[in-house]
Amino acid sequence: MSANNPEYDFTWCPGCGDFGVRRALEFAMGEWNAKYETPMANNVVVAGIGCSGNLVHLLEGDQPYGFHGIHGRSLPIALGVKMARPELNVVTVAGDGDFLGIGAEHIGPQAARNLNVCAVIMDNSVYGLTKGQASPTTAQGAVTNSTPYGKLETPIDPLELYLTLGVTYIASSYSVKPRDLAKLIFDGMEHPGFSIVHVQSPCTTYNDTFEVLKGNKKKGIDPTAWTIPDDHDPSDRAQARAIIEQGGVPLGVIYKDETRASFDAGADDIRERASHKDVATLLAAYDL
Amino acid sequence: MAGRSEIVVRFAGEGGQGVVTAAEMMARAASGVGFHALTFATFPSQIIGGPTWTQARISRSPVLAPGDSVDILVAFNAAAYEEHRVDVRDGGVILIDPSITPDPNDPGHRCITVPFDELAKQTGESRAANMVVMGGLSRLVNMPVQYFKEFVSTRFAGREGVVEANHMALDLGLAHLAEEAPVSDLGEPDPPTYKQLFIKGNDAVSLGAMHAGVEFYMGYPISPATPILIYMERNLVGPGRFAYQATSEVESITSVLGASFAGKKAMTATSGPGFTLMGEGIGLGWMAELPCVIVNVQRGGPATGLPTKTEQSDLLSALSPAHGDSRLPVIAPGTVEECFYATVAAFNWAERAQCPVILLSEHTLAERAQNIPKPDLAATPVENRVTYQGKNGYLRYDARELSPMPLPGGPGAYTANGSEHDSYGDTTHLPARHVQMTERRFGKLKLLEDGTFESERKAAKIAIMPWGGSKGSVREAYDMLREEGMDIGWNYTMYLNPLPPKLLEELLSKDLVIVPELNYQGQFASVLRSLRVNAEAITQYTGLPFKAGQLAQRIRSMIAAAPKATAKQAVKV
Ligand SMILES: Cc1ncc(C[n+]2csc(CCOP(=O)(O)OP(=O)(O)O)c2C)c(N)n1
Ligand code: SF4
Ligand SMILES: [Mg+2]
Repeated sequence: MSANNPEYDFTWCPGCGDFGVRRALEFAMGEWNAKYETPMANNVVVAGIGCSGNLVHLLEGDQPYGFHGIHGRSLPIALGVKMARPELNVVTVAGDGDFLGIGAEHIGPQAARNLNVCAVIMDNSVYGLTKGQASPTTAQGAVTNSTPYGKLETPIDPLELYLTLGVTYIASSYSVKPRDLAKLIFDGMEHPGFSIVHVQSPCTTYNDTFEVLKGNKKKGIDPTAWTIPDDHDPSDRAQARAIIEQGGVPLGVIYKDETRASFDAGADDIRERASHKDVATLLAAYDL
Repeated sequence: MAGRSEIVVRFAGEGGQGVVTAAEMMARAASGVGFHALTFATFPSQIIGGPTWTQARISRSPVLAPGDSVDILVAFNAAAYEEHRVDVRDGGVILIDPSITPDPNDPGHRCITVPFDELAKQTGESRAANMVVMGGLSRLVNMPVQYFKEFVSTRFAGREGVVEANHMALDLGLAHLAEEAPVSDLGEPDPPTYKQLFIKGNDAVSLGAMHAGVEFYMGYPISPATPILIYMERNLVGPGRFAYQATSEVESITSVLGASFAGKKAMTATSGPGFTLMGEGIGLGWMAELPCVIVNVQRGGPATGLPTKTEQSDLLSALSPAHGDSRLPVIAPGTVEECFYATVAAFNWAERAQCPVILLSEHTLAERAQNIPKPDLAATPVENRVTYQGKNGYLRYDARELSPMPLPGGPGAYTANGSEHDSYGDTTHLPARHVQMTERRFGKLKLLEDGTFESERKAAKIAIMPWGGSKGSVREAYDMLREEGMDIGWNYTMYLNPLPPKLLEELLSKDLVIVPELNYQGQFASVLRSLRVNAEAITQYTGLPFKAGQLAQRIRSMIAAAPKATAKQAVKV
């Protein structure tokens, strides 16, 4: 949207991982529109607050609808959009602080409901927008702006959390290869239930992990990112857990359960079963 | 006032003894045959047992308040007898369970022992104790037992055994008190010629929402707002509609905003604690200009406060639930009937101004069951959203005031933004934009200056002006003082923000505006003072509603203590 409005004054720092995520989301929405012959206006991007959430203002080209709400609440806003208009393609974009910190209370309920929304998480293990504080995924002992003597908590493992909470589509990736990431996001959009695409999206200013993710032979740094082998069966929970337990940053679809009905399918079922009365009839129930 | 053309019956005991339903049953039966009736209920704080009481006021003409003095007390246990007999008027009757020993030094009251449970057992339906009571009451208030029998027959239609047992219980209760002199003679009812409903405030809110076309509801259980959630989950079904239980009030409000953005008329209901949690979300609705209705059924606060008692202490937070520069539209119904119309108005306002609207109800209204004129749906217009039909590249927030709302899927894609934004919806920090958008948001309140109001004896220099659920008790106090010839006027509106401009003009002409309200700070009076009205509050913060007689006395004192000129004018007539 920056093209539309010269006033918009936020830009990501040079090299920020979020550039790649933006590109990937643009590809995925484009592919969605092509496949279903829908206009861009059928896509709704609900954004959290953070450098990551600002993505909604930085999308280029044909514009989807956007909702840039308040910190931590991208999921319940998306819940409202989706349950109001199930035919829309609803995507959320949020950072690790937004999604796993202040907004963590919303993941479990949406997993339990199997809300048909695709959440794209940009994990940089730091609060970028507020200039470098520790986040839920920051390593233990890390010295940051807000942990001058080292972070005391152990970091949470988001992938393990998602699996435990019952998220029915879990993919993990990094922002280095937008085309590959786009496939995972598109797949997540296609998934008839709650999908999370957890993306390592490095913060080049406060926590640059590009080198660690990709590795550096010369320096003898092994990459933490590794590609999930083709023979992995994402419908197998035990295999999914094994992938997560291998550590590092797996690239690909970890888990996919297509057997559970989505929340909107459940709502449709209620609409079928419940008898719908007009206002006059409802009023008459109280007649004297 | 009680005793002649009206009667107040109080039921006191433990939760689970039928106390809660007794008053409602009595009021329902009485209004079913053409009396006017309303109930007042307090609830125990525990699930099973715990002291509780309810009250029914029955009259030949319409009533709006619970009634000051009790004509008949039905005490189901000793504690209830001890606690409540002081409220029974001289010459009143107390019906007690045989397990209670009446105080021999209480000559003012007639105490009658009724073996409720024992008589109920004789009917084969041990739960019919309430009906034994009703049978006895029919004698004491001189209301034909036939009225109650008709009520039972309709209530349990198709369940012959139950009907029979309850009829028998009524007869047994009546027979037990056959020799007792009536406390009051209500006389023949004077049935209204118009159609009526018998309904509680919460249900009237739900029906108002249904009429207004609510399509999306999410809410988290909380007393005393839960019945609205239950109603919506049961009835807000059908194509394009959705109602479900939320996992928190944060989820309720944000999902409601999401649904509103997606094009739906959306609502949530809560009470104080949940309302506070919604604050940031309501601010988002104001900022992003999303229509929705937030019902706050007030209870005592702060924090968990008094979950089962009444208070009018959320007015200031209703006006400013969020941080930052905002002033939310607030509508506060004052009667069960107004609960319906206020809710329709709240939706109309929300859609018209594209903004959250706060509907401020309260415990007494929510739980008050009453006969009201049946709303005429055809005569209650509903406003719908103006949606954008143009081309893409739309500047959603360009105009100074309202602009049509684009809907996802349609033309005019924009970003609904909680950060300050430009015409398109993108974040901006330009001073000129903050000025423009702030003025735009406040400017829309001008569209809501169509609220109606009540004004009587306009020339009087002192006005009595209640708000919300205190309306009924205050009106009775006002009538008492008017009967004494006091030169006072009456003003009332349920549209608290923005106030109807003509009403404000009138208030500004007064020497004194007396605002009785159920909070410590005198919240509405302070709001009026900020508008330069000479307002003084009469406050009460007991968790209970005003008693008209006591209130009249406090108004007399306030006027007597007022500057000489004002006071002299008031007692002149
Ligand atoms: C309720 C609330 N608390 C705090 C903030 C301040 N805040 C803005 S963004 C942010 C953290 C963002 O971190 P993350 O979600 O990881 O996003 P990133 O900037 O790293 O992409 C915080 C704490 C806020 N906007 N709202
Ligand atoms: S602070 Fe970090 S996350 Fe934010 S824009 Fe800069 S590089 Fe990206
Ligand atoms: Mg972050």
